[in-house]
Amino acid sequence: MTDWPILSTITFLPLLGALFIMLVRGDEATVANNSRAVALWTTVVTLLLSIFMITQFDGSTADFQFVERVSWLGGGIDYAMGVDGISVLFVLLTTALMPICILASWTSISHRVREYMIAFLVLETLMIGVFCAMDLVLFYLFFEGGLIPMFLIIGVWGGARRIYASFKFFLYTLIGSVLMLLAILAMYWQADTTFIPDLNKIGFDANMQTWLWLAFFASFAVKMPMWPVHTWLPDAHVEAPTAGSVILAGVLLKMGGYGFLRFSLPMFPIASDMFSPMVFALSAIAIVYTSLVAFAQEDMKKLIAYSSVAHMGFVTMGLFTATVQGVQGAVFQMLSHGWISGALFLCVGVIYDRMHTREIAAYGGLVNRMPVYAAVFLLFTMANVGLPGTSGFVGEFLTIIGAFQVSTWTALFAASGVIFSAVYALSLYRRVSLGRIEHEGLEQISDMNRREIFIIAPLIVATILFGVWPMPILDVTASSVDALVSNYQEALAAHYSGLSGY
Amino acid sequence: MFNDIGLILPELVLFLGAMGLLMLGAFSSKDATRTVDFGAIILLLVAAVLSLTQSQNGYATAFNGAFVVDGFAALMKALTFVATAIAILMSRDFMAREKLARFEFSVLLVLAATGMGMMISANDLIALYMGIELQSLALYVVAAINRDSLRSTESGLKYFVLGALSSGLLLYGASLIYGFSGSIEFAEIAKAFQPVDGQLPIAMTIGLVFLIAGLAFKISAVPFHMWTPDVYEGAPTAVTAFFAAAPKLAGMAIFLRVMLTAFPDAIIAWQQIIIFVSFASMLLGAFAAIGQQNIKRLMAYSSIGHMGFALVGFAAGTQDGVSGVILYMTLYAIMTLGTFACILSMRREGGMVERIDNLAGLSQTRPFMAACLAIMMFSLAGIPPMAGFFGKLFVFRAAIDAGLYGLSILGVLSSVVGAYYYLRIVKIMYIDAPSEDDYQPMPRELSIMAGVMAGFALLFFVYPAPLIELSNGAAAALLNGAGTDVVTGLLSRP
Repeated sequence: MTDWPILSTITFLPLLGALFIMLVRGDEATVANNSRAVALWTTVVTLLLSIFMITQFDGSTADFQFVERVSWLGGGIDYAMGVDGISVLFVLLTTALMPICILASWTSISHRVREYMIAFLVLETLMIGVFCAMDLVLFYLFFEGGLIPMFLIIGVWGGARRIYASFKFFLYTLIGSVLMLLAILAMYWQADTTFIPDLNKIGFDANMQTWLWLAFFASFAVKMPMWPVHTWLPDAHVEAPTAGSVILAGVLLKMGGYGFLRFSLPMFPIASDMFSPMVFALSAIAIVYTSLVAFAQEDMKKLIAYSSVAHMGFVTMGLFTATVQGVQGAVFQMLSHGWISGALFLCVGVIYDRMHTREIAAYGGLVNRMPVYAAVFLLFTMANVGLPGTSGFVGEFLTIIGAFQVSTWTALFAASGVIFSAVYALSLYRRVSLGRIEHEGLEQISDMNRREIFIIAPLIVATILFGVWPMPILDVTASSVDALVSNYQEALAAHYSGLSGY
Repeated sequence: MFNDIGLILPELVLFLGAMGLLMLGAFSSKDATRTVDFGAIILLLVAAVLSLTQSQNGYATAFNGAFVVDGFAALMKALTFVATAIAILMSRDFMAREKLARFEFSVLLVLAATGMGMMISANDLIALYMGIELQSLALYVVAAINRDSLRSTESGLKYFVLGALSSGLLLYGASLIYGFSGSIEFAEIAKAFQPVDGQLPIAMTIGLVFLIAGLAFKISAVPFHMWTPDVYEGAPTAVTAFFAAAPKLAGMAIFLRVMLTAFPDAIIAWQQIIIFVSFASMLLGAFAAIGQQNIKRLMAYSSIGHMGFALVGFAAGTQDGVSGVILYMTLYAIMTLGTFACILSMRREGGMVERIDNLAGLSQTRPFMAACLAIMMFSLAGIPPMAGFFGKLFVFRAAIDAGLYGLSILGVLSSVVGAYYYLRIVKIMYIDAPSEDDYQPMPRELSIMAGVMAGFALLFFVYPAPLIELSNGAAAALLNGAGTDVVTGLLSRP
């Protein structure tokens, strides 16, 4: 049982499905139907496998589990896969969102279905790979490789300004990542390996940490995205098809936070500590400023995109507090934002499929015609605001507690951001759902159909379940986060006692 | 004597074979083009195999040290010969349809390959010059092989004039070096060219600069790149496909050998030149390609940029760096040949098309060709998991080790700029709507080559170890061969 490379299976299974879709033959309608079916089944099997994996996962240790290690590029660069308490949930988040994405594209994507499904399956492989990689070069390979399918998804199936958005997405992310690649190489020459657990033990010297931290920051801050390098996100979100937005908000943005957590904090603790005021400042700006920007938006997707930036501000703030609450909260916030923002984009998708516009002003009074939709949308609006009882609350609350211990001012701004988020989210809800139907065409709009309800139901369950009972998630991450935080504090203590000893 | 002949066996086979094919073509009563093409491919493959078997002998020299055979030469020659053979294979359909099918083409390519083999194995300045000239003369002629086309003859002439100039520079540099070192042998030059009190003999440094200018011309590195876009655009596409791969491999190989065996201790002098050339090539390759509308011209700038990236590893001057250059050049040759297999298939009713816009909507009209070309573009852009990424990874790894941080940062940033124009091609193929008239079907050998190369570029990451080990071995052979233990000691300085 232990010999079976379960992580590689989970990672590469979608690729196998993609290969299978390539072999599908027949006329256009048959190919489209079969591609959809294969993609759905592949993602479902992948999800079941990853659920099986998590049942086997031992939450009491901070070590990597299910480790596979095979020689790859030589010279200490290996193919190494493994998950710990932090990454295992991101794997599950990815595999769980994928079937939802496939179902959400079931009817809305009608041209070039085969290519679309292949792109999504390839993307799934690369995303899971990012969270499973235990080798920096391998991580980089998955991290960057994800750009290719996402570029095509936005570019081919996106909206009117899709070309601009896809190029901006690709080049913005690439420019951050290439600097990280150089940092990876510099680390390689220090450690003679790119195996992550070994790198954690190296303890780079303080000066070098600064440069390495900045290079990694360039990559993850863009991916996250943090203010002021967030401008690619609204464009990409607005132009991407619904499922693309879900994956972008649900998983791709998490890679930035995951990167900070996996590399910046444990490998460069001194630099992280040194730069944490900057990160706090940027996070506070992101929370307050982008909330205000979101309020001014006329496009629903753009509004949700800006709100994502604000929510990611909570994540960066929580991470760099380097307290157990802060980091736990950040991880929770990332996961919960994964399904809440995914659900919000699905909600936008539901009415976009009917009316073909994302203009907020084009709607109003939907509650009269679409009661189920209005209820679902309300739930996720509230979760987005961080209403207690929804999972959105837990993450924000924990990160603010964490921030309060380290920097009261940051906590103050962040907490005020919660109010701002209520302002834009509730105003969005009011303008879309409440009031009377005044626009032509809306009189005939139909409520969510069974497929749409079925897609969104798991997200509703997750939002409420983990909102009132967050322990399953916090338990899984606890030992890894504890270990991370205590190593971080030890490294700092050692560094500063060393300095005072001179 | 027999021993010497054993060592030049690959070149001998090629040379005698070329003569035989020439006779066959000249005296056969009917058109022998296809037979000659076929014979040339066989000859090149045989020579490649012979060359690889030679690497088992370790280090050996022939003709009083003028000609050297080692693991490095064996690998580079084999790659060059195979690249030439593929170029001939890919040219057949094109040449036939363009009414350019002449048996001389293959014969000239075999002769060029002979010259490249000599270049790669050159161990003194005379052998170097002879190899380069044999190669270049054949190249000048094939550039102008479409003698009724103004552009083709122009490109041939331009190539010849500028090539002759660069050969002159190279020869002048060689004579200065000979004059001040008293020897034409690389090993002897290395002994004579030692820093005294941290200063290198100035006249020899001038000779070195001229030599580098001549060699940089052959690999079309900035500032000696001006011929490249015009020759690439003007020459028949099948010829361009050949120019882009094999001569670059050979040129880079001899560049490495000259610098690392004849001037190992002068690294302080040439390293800064290589850094500049590398930096300028990457930047020019990235920015100048953005505005191009002709795909061949774009590939010319792309190849300039890629030479810059390969030179990043060269500038490191370490064994890792050399190994990175070899890997990079191998992958580059594969990607280039694959790309040209697709470019050669851009044929419509009225003939070849070369504008990038002509690729619009290719993913819907020719999905296979579009997929191959897209993989090549991502690979050339260096996006993982495509093969091109690993080339960049290894050269930058060496550069970081050698402390070339500035060059590395500029290099990766220019690769982002470069990614823009590669992406643009993908965008045109996948996002733009198809134009009305359809392409003609891909010729079988081209679709096979494109498929094989794209498959390689895509799947290289699965099992990259063999090629990496080969490159490491070749690099070690180059640096440790000629009793230059000092060299390794010097080069592996922290």
